[in-house]
Amino acid sequence: MNSARRWLDTNPWIWSLCGAIAVWGLTIASVGGRGAGATLSTALGFATFYVVVGIGQMLVISAGPGNIDLSIPSVMTLAGYLAMGVMQAQDARLALGCAVALGVGLAAGVANLVLIRGLKIPPMIATLAAGFIMQSMTIAYSRGSTAKPAPLLLAASLARVGSVPVIALIFLAVAALVALGLARSVFGRSVLAIGQNPRAAYLAGIRIGRTMALVYILSALLAALAGLLLAAYSGGASLNMSEDFLLMSIAVVVLGGTSIAGGQASVAGVWTASLLLYLIVTMLNVFGVGAGLRYILTGLIIIGVLAVAKGRPTA
Amino acid sequence: MPAEPGAGRAETLRALLPALALAAMLALIVYLQPRAMSYNGMRLLLNFSLPLIFAALAQLCVIAASDIDLGLGAFIGLVNSLSALLLATRPLLGALAMLACVLAYAGMGAFIAVRRLPSIVVTLGASFVWLGLALLVLPTPGGSAPEWLAALVRLKPPLLPLPVVFAIALAAFGHWFFMRSSYGVVLRGIGGAPQAVARAGWSLLAGRAALYGLAGVFGCLAGLLLTGLNTTGDANFGAPYTLLSIAAVIVGGGEFTGGIVAPVGAVLGAFIMLLTGSLLSFMDVSTDWQLSVQGAILIVVLGTRALQRQAAA
Repeated sequence: MNSARRWLDTNPWIWSLCGAIAVWGLTIASVGGRGAGATLSTALGFATFYVVVGIGQMLVISAGPGNIDLSIPSVMTLAGYLAMGVMQAQDARLALGCAVALGVGLAAGVANLVLIRGLKIPPMIATLAAGFIMQSMTIAYSRGSTAKPAPLLLAASLARVGSVPVIALIFLAVAALVALGLARSVFGRSVLAIGQNPRAAYLAGIRIGRTMALVYILSALLAALAGLLLAAYSGGASLNMSEDFLLMSIAVVVLGGTSIAGGQASVAGVWTASLLLYLIVTMLNVFGVGAGLRYILTGLIIIGVLAVAKGRPTA
Repeated sequence: MPAEPGAGRAETLRALLPALALAAMLALIVYLQPRAMSYNGMRLLLNFSLPLIFAALAQLCVIAASDIDLGLGAFIGLVNSLSALLLATRPLLGALAMLACVLAYAGMGAFIAVRRLPSIVVTLGASFVWLGLALLVLPTPGGSAPEWLAALVRLKPPLLPLPVVFAIALAAFGHWFFMRSSYGVVLRGIGGAPQAVARAGWSLLAGRAALYGLAGVFGCLAGLLLTGLNTTGDANFGAPYTLLSIAAVIVGGGEFTGGIVAPVGAVLGAFIMLLTGSLLSFMDVSTDWQLSVQGAILIVVLGTRALQRQAAA
């Protein structure tokens, strides 16, 4: 009994996985058992985008209280737009477009870092201000630019092995790598140590500057990648393509069992929570619930799960 | 407050910075467009700041508790939708809806206090609830402003234009309540030294509920003024006010932690954020860049403050 309790506490992702399975079952049951595989396959594809930004946000949040990346949606849109603009829907320019997207991510990460570490601006307002600037760059750039992906990228973003989307497979592997890195690498242990107690981490000789730099740059790079893929997946970049991603990037981290106070991360939880959130949207769509009620329920579920999760003694 | 040498000077500078920034912006605007100096010029320039100064005060209440409200914009959108739908035709129901909105905010504060939740996630989740409710009552933009509300925002008081009158009144009230009244000091203590406040016998729960409830009142007033100005409702009209209100409070001298807020500064900060748009259009720069200028102002103000602190240490 005690060991089961402990296992549950160290594997908080199990809750969102149970939730995802229950929601999936409910959805399938309501339509008489049809489309079970198709629903899951679509969910895997869409959830991948939440996962990509969620992993970045998780690394940032794990680095301790006050650390958060509010620039994620702006980085996504800017990277998506610039990459599509450079590609001009030609396969020959695909590599250039991808390089531009990653360049945007790198630049955004460095900019956030300069504001946070260099100018000592609190991360929340630093990433907010950087996000403002990137958002207006996107608005200015979007006038009269083509925003269509290269055909090859479009095909890649939609490709499936059997019925599993290729991007989902890729980011399952990436998530496994990040989980391994958090548990075993010096960088991963440093992030968690800083998140638990920055002073103790400093006294233990952990290189705080270098670790924080990597955390914010990784978050921005992943956001840029998500922007590139999302722009391709939806057949082009649009100004509002990432509007839900600020909440979702934080929600999948919190629902997945990562501690909002830092120092404890769950990569598996980011995946299961992403699936849960997307499957909830699917379920409400199947039930014929309108956009208004869907927003209300999503918001209430996020707050409710947070309230319950925080109530457990170990949290 | 410990009386460190130089602390007084830093505090004065903190209070003066937003005032100087606003004065510089106004000077530049008047230089570019001399007609802005007149009563009507000022009125046109500042009229759309009415919702923002109230939104800034609402955000200030939450930041005073060392919390942050990422759902304020959606809440203002909800009030905008509800008031446009109900107030003109069914005033009693409309008034009840406003009351329910304020109570919901106070309840959110109490909930955050009881469960010790991070405000950033709760308010972000709540933003979906507010947006959903707004879409539920008003799926497509529409409705109308009650006559008295539309008339209110058209008022032309003698000497000073309406937004300036409102700003002075609001800044004076905020300064009195948060900086001079004894309960205001207690409320700021919730953000600064919660344990001390609790040991002194004050309820942290009631305090947070009061701060969020007050934020709800100011948020409601912001939404109502938005309805008066636009004479219609739209669930998405409120969206920009989340980030603008945070920026106004921070530029005005507030801090995210420690219950450090400056109500007069927040009102000035709201004007600064709003005037970036006018300044750009007078300079013939596309307003596409307005967000960039707002972001840059935030960075400059906070960077200056951090450098000051380093110099003082």
